[in-house]
Amino acid sequence: MATAEVVETGVTVERDTGSFRLGEWLIVALIHVCGISAILFVLAIFAFVFGEAAPLFWGDYGFSFAEFATSTHWSPAHPTSPHYGIVALFVGTLAVSVLSMALAVPLGLGAAVYVSEFCEGKRKETLKIVIELLAAIPSVVWGFIGVMVMSPIIIHGLGASIGTNILNGGVILALMSVPVIVSVGEDALKAVPDSFREAGLALGASRWEIVYRVLFPAAKNGLLAAVLLGVGRAIGETMAVLMATGHAVQIPTSVLDPVQTLTATIAAEMGEAEQHGTQFRVLFLIGVVLFAVAFVVNLTADIIVKGIRGKQND
Amino acid sequence: MNATSANVAAVEKVGFRDVDVYYGSKKKAIQDVSLSIPKNSIFAIIGPANSGKTTLLKCINRTIDFVPSAKVEGQVAVDGVDVSRLRNVFSLRRRIGMVFPLPVGLPMSVYDNVAYAPRMSGMRRGAELDALVEKCLRQSALWDEVKDRLHMLGTKLSGGQQQRLTLARALSLRPEILCLDEFSIAIDPVTTMKIEDVLLELKNEMTIVLVTNLVQQAHRLADYTAFLNDSRLVEVDRTEKIFTEPAQQLTYDYVSGHFG
Repeated sequence: MATAEVVETGVTVERDTGSFRLGEWLIVALIHVCGISAILFVLAIFAFVFGEAAPLFWGDYGFSFAEFATSTHWSPAHPTSPHYGIVALFVGTLAVSVLSMALAVPLGLGAAVYVSEFCEGKRKETLKIVIELLAAIPSVVWGFIGVMVMSPIIIHGLGASIGTNILNGGVILALMSVPVIVSVGEDALKAVPDSFREAGLALGASRWEIVYRVLFPAAKNGLLAAVLLGVGRAIGETMAVLMATGHAVQIPTSVLDPVQTLTATIAAEMGEAEQHGTQFRVLFLIGVVLFAVAFVVNLTADIIVKGIRGKQND
Repeated sequence: MNATSANVAAVEKVGFRDVDVYYGSKKKAIQDVSLSIPKNSIFAIIGPANSGKTTLLKCINRTIDFVPSAKVEGQVAVDGVDVSRLRNVFSLRRRIGMVFPLPVGLPMSVYDNVAYAPRMSGMRRGAELDALVEKCLRQSALWDEVKDRLHMLGTKLSGGQQQRLTLARALSLRPEILCLDEFSIAIDPVTTMKIEDVLLELKNEMTIVLVTNLVQQAHRLADYTAFLNDSRLVEVDRTEKIFTEPAQQLTYDYVSGHFG
């Protein structure tokens, strides 16, 4: 009887440890897969986009990379002599993004500071909910607002001949980026320990002096991330800019000129492009360019953040 | 129990008159406290945790304003002026240095940590700032350890060093009153002794209010000691008297370690 018990206990213990280890192993493996999947997805998407574009360089497509990179002439659907110059589209994207960031970064960071530092209780909760709602508005609705609301305002208010232009797209994109910047920026400010605020107050700093001299330096990585997410949204946004920027290929000379952006071009022309034809592949090449832009933005941010850190480690 | 009788002769720097502090509507953090803190003295406030010591300190420089639920009744006066009537609370805070229990190195360089407040009040000349920063760091017994890395991030210093940095920062405005809230809980005994020596020197220049859990620290440093228990003032007197022949049995139990 006693012996049997010992054996039984031994077996049970062994089985317990075994199943425990198996569970542990499964969870660790699952977490690994989750972690690596992000890399896999990025690589797969890049391979797919690049794979569709790559034949341009060796196949017989009548495509010149030099023209692609330097020409402002974009007429892919021309029956006899199509042109694939990306410069005007690139400038269009750049113009709309820069304008929208010039509006959204100060507004977004200002709102983040207000929500995090200068308001309390009900007002704070209400604001946060409204800002999140703003983030949830679909981009096609924003585009609609651009066409139906902003456009008449621009035509009547500023006397522009066309209401859908850089200004319109920039404002719409800014409004779309602000909620992202506010919510990420507010999280970054909230993460600064209260002891920092108390220390500043005890030194006789005003609330603004604390924001500017204590909170901004303490939260700079998070705030930079907030701004970059905004930039990413501005560069990548498609539907709203397609509707609000006027969709006209040209190098703009003022903010009241309509432009066409890289993303809007892909969205508007992919449907009509002949499968695996030249235009189809050039549109994928534009996708590669967008990839590259996103990569450069992220890399720059990384270098800035590391630069700031490096300086402090002296 | 007569709070002021022991130090009538000295000039009062900070005075509490019938002060009550509430957190929310029910919880009383301070009940009916009257105290007179004489100029150029070290005034210790001792007492168990949650007895209201830190709340008293926060009343002096009105950082209690930032506890949303807090309400102060009665009068807290600095140089005879009721602090609740002051319009410019920032200038009040600049006259009062504050050191917190846990070190708070602000996210800027060692130098900037100390130069922060002087710069805010308009000191711009490099040489003047350099001299001030060195003086404050020397006074807080930190200079020798950081003089070669003044531009390193202050938050990279060790805990004990950061606490001395906090002290240097508090001294940077040449305050009239220096409030220390359990300044030694995060630092080693040797550094504590160094800072204690500094405090004994500093009291010629300023009034020092020392909140401490270490009864012996109060004994070593303070000219006057107040004993707070359960949000009430039990007794205040010259430190020797508190430690040798206190009027209250409770005080005797606390300072001799028989408390509770």
